[in-house]
Amino acid sequence: MNRLLRNRELWLALAILAVLVLVTTRFPRFAQPSNLLTIFNDTSILMMLALGQMAVILTRSIDLSMASNLALTGMIVAMTNAAFPAIPIPLLIAGCVVVGAALGAFNGILVWKLDIPPIVVTLGTLTIFRGLVFVISGGAWVNAAQMSEDFIQLQRGYFLGLPVLSWFAIVVAVLFYLFMTRTQQGRAIYAIGVNPVAAVYTGINVGRTKFLAFVISGAISGLAGYLWISRYVIASVEVASGYELTIIAACVIGGVSIAGGSGTVAGALLGALFLGVVNNALPVIGVSPFWQMAISGAAILLAVVLNARGERRKGRVILKKAEGVA
Amino acid sequence: MGASVPAYLPNLSTAPCGWSMMASLCLKLPASGAATLWKDRRSNMTEPVLTLSGISKSFPGVRALHDVSLELYAGEVTALIGENGAGKSTLVKILTGIYQPDAGEIRRNGQAIQLPTAHSASEHGITAIHQETVLFDELSVAENIYLGHAPRNRFGMIDWKKMRHEAQLTLDSMAAGIDAGAPLKELGIAKKHLVAVARALSVDAQVVIMDEPTAALSQKEIEDLYVLIELLKEDRKAILFISHKFDEIYRIADRYTVFRDGEMVGKGLIKETPQSDIVRMMVGRSVDQIFPKRETAIGETVLEVSGLSHPTEFHDVSFAVRKGEILGFYGLVGAGRSEVMQAIFGMTRPSSGAMVLDGKTIAPRSPADAVEVGIVYVPEERGKQGVITGEPIFKNVSLPSLGKTSRSGFLRMAEEFSLSRTYTERLDLRASSLSQNVSTLSGGNQQKVVIAKWLATLPKVIILDEPTKGIDIGSKAAVHEFMGELVAQGLSVIMVSSELPEVLGMSDRVVVMREGLVVDTLVNDGLAPETLVRLAAGIVEEQAA
Repeated sequence: MNRLLRNRELWLALAILAVLVLVTTRFPRFAQPSNLLTIFNDTSILMMLALGQMAVILTRSIDLSMASNLALTGMIVAMTNAAFPAIPIPLLIAGCVVVGAALGAFNGILVWKLDIPPIVVTLGTLTIFRGLVFVISGGAWVNAAQMSEDFIQLQRGYFLGLPVLSWFAIVVAVLFYLFMTRTQQGRAIYAIGVNPVAAVYTGINVGRTKFLAFVISGAISGLAGYLWISRYVIASVEVASGYELTIIAACVIGGVSIAGGSGTVAGALLGALFLGVVNNALPVIGVSPFWQMAISGAAILLAVVLNARGERRKGRVILKKAEGVA
Repeated sequence: MGASVPAYLPNLSTAPCGWSMMASLCLKLPASGAATLWKDRRSNMTEPVLTLSGISKSFPGVRALHDVSLELYAGEVTALIGENGAGKSTLVKILTGIYQPDAGEIRRNGQAIQLPTAHSASEHGITAIHQETVLFDELSVAENIYLGHAPRNRFGMIDWKKMRHEAQLTLDSMAAGIDAGAPLKELGIAKKHLVAVARALSVDAQVVIMDEPTAALSQKEIEDLYVLIELLKEDRKAILFISHKFDEIYRIADRYTVFRDGEMVGKGLIKETPQSDIVRMMVGRSVDQIFPKRETAIGETVLEVSGLSHPTEFHDVSFAVRKGEILGFYGLVGAGRSEVMQAIFGMTRPSSGAMVLDGKTIAPRSPADAVEVGIVYVPEERGKQGVITGEPIFKNVSLPSLGKTSRSGFLRMAEEFSLSRTYTERLDLRASSLSQNVSTLSGGNQQKVVIAKWLATLPKVIILDEPTKGIDIGSKAAVHEFMGELVAQGLSVIMVSSELPEVLGMSDRVVVMREGLVVDTLVNDGLAPETLVRLAAGIVEEQAA
């Protein structure tokens, strides 16, 4: 029972349900499956980004450059598509992932080899990447008319009853989950977050592991770059401006500890979903944008308080006499 | 014997002029302080300023102090002597209000006092100068001196001008050559000590605790410190001086108190006690700790280290460890033993020297390299460096062996569990399940997790740094037992330990280090504990009559 009470994911799921119920009482037709799927689809990009951010936060770092990375790769892919419409979309998507990963690797190298604090590195690249969007586009927009039909329609297609965009999120989440829980590198990311000193003594290369986390967040940002641009059908300097804070908020609400080492894939996904529900469902019942922000903010504070309390309860227990090893 | 009685009156002519001026300054310090000073001066010589009696303190699983007593006298230096882990630091923490004793009484000038907080200790005139001075790098010198008792102006705000001025006066009187307005971080360690002393003077302390104050000082700076101590003595301060170094103790102390295993085992006047007696008190213990007797065939040399040097920590360290051997490393804290081990483990890069493992030259550039060739290291700070607290036992154990438990890049939990079970069972780890969080384990069991983790990598050489520090007797015995098994299976063990019985009970040979150098390598064939202590502390000749 106690464990159930402490289960962060459960509480978050209940909170999301509560918001949905609240909206449904005011607007009964809201709770249709198609509506819920729409909310999920609308939140897909945020969910993917939250996972990338989580990998970085677990290593006691932070990536403030994700939204700028997204805007830059998005602009690159939109301009490429506008100039060479013949290039097949899957190739463009692969290109986005590569470019995003390269930008992430740039962050990672600075953190790893020069040992600069991640918040400083990514604060710098946040501005640099955003500036590069302006440099390559000359401040111009790429609009729907310039994009190819495939470019815009790919993610709007349906597969097994779900939009392709949702499938992107599902596939990324599954791969990410397997990576974090079933591979050596995933285990290392948690280990260096929990205790970097002991991790070094165990033979883990802390710098390289952080680098890897930044490459992951970069690759996901790059993928999100294509998805964002093709979804909102406009590429401009202002794309996803300030969105890095929403991504971090999703992680924090999802119980990913800013101190590193603690957080689950399910938590980060639910944290993103919670924000998606607050931002998409509440307007339906006429809740003002200010209240949406206030609710998101309160959720962040509540999440941090819950985290702190959770840490405390864990406390030190002197071992009771156990009968052998289980 | 004609051993010269160390002169503990320093030659005042070597003192910078300011030292002597400081004594007069102390008398001029705040009026209230001076008054107490004079009262003490008139009080009976033989009455201690501070008396501790029946002090006991336990931590979960460890009895740090048991029924100890200590007296400090005005105008005298009392040396507190004991091995690492004898309870000296715990006592200092009790005196400075950081720990609360479980039992016992503290009296100041005959009055029972309580020290519930660090602040109350300073209110009772007790101040400590630590090994690594506890000062604030980002604040100015004056702020450091007056932190917590800064002079106020009539609006109740800090009177910065007055504070700076008075701090400068104090420093000048010590001829410290320090600008009170300078940021502390610009000062070297010796000057920081001076700031700490100035702070002690500014609070008008009656009792000054010096916890290994010379550990980080050069010989010249140490001489200056001796002069300062003489002046504090003249000023009727009661000084508690904690040191490992016998030459220092005989030079400046008037009295001594010896602790061993948390108990007070002797006290007296330094003048009347030869060094050999004190050494005996430190080490002589009932031989009820039984170490597993083992008959191991010692084989070929496995790891040979020659001329290993580091720019600052150690120089020209050479030794060899053979198959089936336990090689002990004994020395005082700061002798450079752990630093040597960290270089062998690839944590730091030595500046010169060679390592040969099984006939092949190795140069590990990272711990991963060292593990790869078969050298593993169980670090001293279990909680900080050893276990990944907050993760379950099986993940800790399997962490360095994940390559072995994976198939095509994916971990297989079942194999992780069976690997963990195999090695934790061999170590008799007590836990309710392998999924139990290691932070909930006792120190001894955490140590077993760290050792199990390394055994699973099938190493050739296992380095244990203070393997039983701070763990309960039962787990200690289990760790010792297991070390015997390891060598019986043909592993080589390097054991860094500051606990004499452990070194003598477990090692086949002992390397003694002092100040970054290997002093001697001895075959443990009925080695006398006194021999090791003498080598480690640098006592040249037998002082016994």
